[in-house]
Amino acid sequence: MRTSLAKFGQAIKLPGLSFALAFTLTGFTIAFSDAKVLSKIGSPLEFIKSAGATAGNAYLALFQGSIFDINLTKGHNFFQGFYPLSETIVIATPLILTGLSVALAFKSGLFNIGAQGQFIFGAIGASYVGFHFQLPIVIHVIAAALAGMALAAIWGGAVGLLKAKTGAHEVILTIMMNYIAGYFILWILKTSQFLRPGRIDPIAPEVNQSARLPLLAGANLRIHAGIFIALVAALFVWWLLTKTTIGYKFRAVGANGQAAKTAGISVPFVLTATMAICGALAGLGGAVQVLGSEHALNADIAGSFGFDAITVALLGRAQPLGTVFAALLFGALHAGGRTMQSNTGVPLDIVLVTQALIVLFIAAPTFVRFIFRLKKLNSSAGLTSKGWNG
Amino acid sequence: MSLELRRITKTFGSFTANDEINLRVETGQIHAILGENGAGKSTLMNIVYGLLKADSGEILVDEKVIDISDPSDALRAGIGMVHQHFMLIPVFTVAENIVLGHEKTGKFGALDIETARSAIREVSKDFGFEVDPDAIVETLPVGIQQKVEIIRALIYEAKVLILDEPTAVLTPQETDELLKTMRELKAKGTSIIFITHKLREVREVADQITIIRRGKVVGAVSPQTSEGELASLMVGRTVDLAPEKHKHKIGEPILVAKDLTVRNALGAAVVKKVNFHVNAGEVLAVAGVQGNGQSELARALINLEDHIEGSILLSGEEIRGKSIYGSLHAGIAFIPESRELDGLVGSFSIAENLILDLHDQAPYTKGITLSAGVVLAEAEKKVKEFDIRLQSVSDAVSTLSGGNKQKVVIARELSRPVKVLVASQPTRGLDVGSIEFVHERILAERDAGRGVILFSTELDEVMALADRIAVMYRGEILDIVDSNVTREELGLLMAGVASKRVSA
Repeated sequence: MRTSLAKFGQAIKLPGLSFALAFTLTGFTIAFSDAKVLSKIGSPLEFIKSAGATAGNAYLALFQGSIFDINLTKGHNFFQGFYPLSETIVIATPLILTGLSVALAFKSGLFNIGAQGQFIFGAIGASYVGFHFQLPIVIHVIAAALAGMALAAIWGGAVGLLKAKTGAHEVILTIMMNYIAGYFILWILKTSQFLRPGRIDPIAPEVNQSARLPLLAGANLRIHAGIFIALVAALFVWWLLTKTTIGYKFRAVGANGQAAKTAGISVPFVLTATMAICGALAGLGGAVQVLGSEHALNADIAGSFGFDAITVALLGRAQPLGTVFAALLFGALHAGGRTMQSNTGVPLDIVLVTQALIVLFIAAPTFVRFIFRLKKLNSSAGLTSKGWNG
Repeated sequence: MSLELRRITKTFGSFTANDEINLRVETGQIHAILGENGAGKSTLMNIVYGLLKADSGEILVDEKVIDISDPSDALRAGIGMVHQHFMLIPVFTVAENIVLGHEKTGKFGALDIETARSAIREVSKDFGFEVDPDAIVETLPVGIQQKVEIIRALIYEAKVLILDEPTAVLTPQETDELLKTMRELKAKGTSIIFITHKLREVREVADQITIIRRGKVVGAVSPQTSEGELASLMVGRTVDLAPEKHKHKIGEPILVAKDLTVRNALGAAVVKKVNFHVNAGEVLAVAGVQGNGQSELARALINLEDHIEGSILLSGEEIRGKSIYGSLHAGIAFIPESRELDGLVGSFSIAENLILDLHDQAPYTKGITLSAGVVLAEAEKKVKEFDIRLQSVSDAVSTLSGGNKQKVVIARELSRPVKVLVASQPTRGLDVGSIEFVHERILAERDAGRGVILFSTELDEVMALADRIAVMYRGEILDIVDSNVTREELGLLMAGVASKRVSA
């Protein structure tokens, strides 16, 4: 137990320090980009006080926007104060699923840039089954989610198959297929099958009540059962990678494809299966987004969930648990950023700066080690993608 | 010029690579440094050449202490080095390679290559080399490329020349040529430090032999010392240099290759219509200078190459065109040429590596899940059986030494029902103890009635283990001869001179 705790400590040390470093630097950025603070540059003491107050307020607003806000409890029950936390989780839910999609691909040595497109197909499939069919409760939501996953699994699996058969690089394939998916959803939303009657803007009919994921904390909070699906998916990815023969093959090909091939493991199978499962995961993200929070397919359904997923997976060191935490962090930054902007006037872009800094420090571990004088550990790196040389 | 090393010590963390090493090379002397892989020879030479910095100790040139902190200091002091892996740019000409790093420019900044050309011609004439200054390096045979390296050192006036495992890449004839060159250099006053683990060459050419074991000098002997004594000093115990080839029963042909052709990605044939067979209970060695199609032929036997034509019959069953998995499970054990690249997944544990081929079969799997307990228990058994030295089977395989890594590969490959063992350079880079183990294991497989196809560039190994020897040259099997062939005959075959003997 002690060793596993120590291991956990080691595992989060670097992300934790990167996190702290990023927030410190962002604090400076906030303070120095504020005109009021800069006007006091003449008197050092006033300047420091004012800079501290500005950065402090901004971070307070970030907290209020992402976790708990006492002001929201007035006139409501105490629970309403957790509205920000609910928002954080609502944003994090699809992000966990797309993040897992990218993380799993990393483990097989693949760089899946295509979570965005896979997400879109997941959303399309779930939406269509959701509004077009009349099915009993529970069964309907499962059917809709499975439809989305299946569609996305085919979309993702195609990448693996193409790579296996032709040697085309998955990065190029997935980037191009994101474009196709992005324009495909624009087109399909204009077809009579998908366009909501009476509307001309690209939006599909709402999914039936029976196809919606149940809300978890009453009608005032948006948090829905999708978070449990995401957590189960994380557990599934962990189980798949560590306990199954398929996961063993994935990891072997990811860590040394040549040795795996020489020992008789079928690399084409691994490439195709990995990308199909990755597609299904990202597609489930799209399905959950439609069935849990949006309820209707629209052109902007995917937002940047598929792209943020890459950052989330990197931040989570391609580990399932790490990906969950990283997605929650990103959810919090997104949700809190809006409040920060409206309450303190600090632009939303500052949150993006923080995100960028965290990723920068995670991606440059040597730099963080240098700053904190950490010794290099024999870290079993979670990332095995070979990038352009793969 | 004389070179003396005094009490050179170098540690890497808790590991002492060089421990108070003393060494003296006299003017015009060939001084051999003999030691196993990992004994500290290369570390020592890298210190002399300025690539590494010693923790303590002194380097003296002509009795004066000098400070060498990078290779340019070494060059200035008159020390030149020819590395095991040549430091040449393949697409440059000989002259361009030689001026590299010392470019002089003439009018309008144009590169002055003419001076280099004439210098090359001059040195070539002095030593009887035939090197064209304008030849592109990659078109030259390995032996000539090595001469280019030597010429470079001589042009920059090296008085002490370090040759790091220079014969590893040469044919026996090229080796003889090199030894001749070394004697000529010596006659003209150049001192040579000759690093090697090949006993025969040392005895032939060295004036003085220093033996290093585990970072320490364990002996300074004369070339009259017997090979057996040298080997014992190197390893630290008595060694059986030639495993006894006791009588064994040779059976029926078990693997037959007919008109086997292997093409590379560009469609060029790298193995050309070869025919051979191996009998049960027999070792067929495939000899040849590296890069004559042996690697591709070995890989083709388990369908690891993409373009294979012809036929491979295993116990009468056609296996060409099967999947790799199918070939392995049809009864071929495969020890790949590079254990790090093709044999093992470095970041995986030893236990995981032992089931790379069997992970989806009973008893390792139940349904679709791996049985972790069985995997560990079986690994413990294999570790005992193959005497793999390790801390824990859960450690990453990359933490093991070369010999133990190879044992993991062999243990895994022999854990399936095997009819034929294909071993590609199975002792490359191993220490003497591990080589002994691998050889014993190969002979044990032979005695158990399996066919063994041994691909090796080490003549000693081939002569010691083989019942018959096939020699490859430019993708073809020139001849298949009996194991009582002489070294000279084999050498000629390896150089592409077809023998007149009737094939065995």
